Amino acid sequence: MTAELAEPASKIELPAHIGGGGDIPSFDVHLRVRRYNPEVSDESTWDDFHVTMYGTDRVLDALHKIKWEIDGSVSFRRSCAHGVCGSDAMRINGRNRLACKTLLKDLDTSKPITVEPIKGLPVEKDLIVDMEPFFQSFREVMPFLINRGHEPTKERLQSAEDRERFDDTTKCILCAACTSSCPVFWTDGQYFGPAAIVNAHRFIFDSRDDAGDMRLEILNDKEGVWRCRTTFNCTEACPRGIQVTQAIAEVKQAILSRKI
Amino acid sequence: MSATQIQSPRSGGAKVGSNRIAPQYRRTGGSKGNFEMLAWLFMRLSGVVLVVLIFGHLTVNLLVGEGIHAIDFGFVAGKWADPFWQVWDLAMLWLAMLHGTNGVRTIINDYAEKDATRLWLKIVLYAATTVIIILGTMVIFTFDPCPVVNGVQLPGGFCPSP
Repeated sequence: MTAELAEPASKIELPAHIGGGGDIPSFDVHLRVRRYNPEVSDESTWDDFHVTMYGTDRVLDALHKIKWEIDGSVSFRRSCAHGVCGSDAMRINGRNRLACKTLLKDLDTSKPITVEPIKGLPVEKDLIVDMEPFFQSFREVMPFLINRGHEPTKERLQSAEDRERFDDTTKCILCAACTSSCPVFWTDGQYFGPAAIVNAHRFIFDSRDDAGDMRLEILNDKEGVWRCRTTFNCTEACPRGIQVTQAIAEVKQAILSRKI
Repeated sequence: MSATQIQSPRSGGAKVGSNRIAPQYRRTGGSKGNFEMLAWLFMRLSGVVLVVLIFGHLTVNLLVGEGIHAIDFGFVAGKWADPFWQVWDLAMLWLAMLHGTNGVRTIINDYAEKDATRLWLKIVLYAATTVIIILGTMVIFTFDPCPVVNGVQLPGGFCPSP
């Protein structure tokens, strides 16, 4: 017996008069990708790629097209491809951004679009950097709840106002766009970096947490919050729109009011 | 008999992940103490005080009375005969020197990449600061507009004859 199965709507050729959202404009993009392969050379080089992309495409789509259709050796990290996992932070036209959240049509496509690995961290291959130094300082601020009271039978309750206090810094996805945009971090990598301070802020100002003093003491270090020069690079780089410099300033004030 | 140990790729060393991190990125462990906090605080406070001191200095020297035309050796000598201006200038000297030195110190920390470069630049900086502060302080307190050397009055039109 053969049954006539209806095709899914997406597979049906729509007649011209129905139309969709209109044609998506396509344009040619010139991408300059920073390439590094330690097995071939210690020097980084620029590779040029020309691809035809659509108005709905992001830089990540262009990189995919290059990797899948032109040069399979182009290496980059990406996981969710929707701005949640924080894997694909890279330096696009000199600015740290997520490749999956940067639409090509928002960039100047009349000039080559440069794509580089984020600065200040050791490059492993092409756009992939070693994130271990970044996570090293992240671990040092103890980014987890420390509560010395009795464990409640249900959840730990918190008022909406108390939750609001640190709402901004809960948004961090650890993409390292902020830390690798910080000129103080570029110098010697000893500065804690904005991301670690943001994640300390998230617990310092959490009313349920009891280890705020310990975190403030850690960040009162020679390489702690006092190395921040308030250049706002981190705030500008954050793909989640976290007010990073403000969070650092709040930690500075918390240390001051605790000491004085 | 011992089971084969397979080292997990990110373990090793006393600290988690430390053997995976290139030496120049390894955090050297911080220093205790509040020096950086106090330096940060001093920059803000001295900055506010310096705004008052410097604009007061400029107003009195350049705008009040005959203004810029009144400035000569005698004008400065007259100001330093008054303890009020001695203290004013002393505060300005010390705060400006320490404020500036601390600023240059942070610039050296931010831009020098090698520890040896950092050390030498700071030695030069601190030596220069010390010399200028001591010299300036001595000038303010030992300033004598009509010095007498070997019983002879040094030339100076405004000094009373002995």
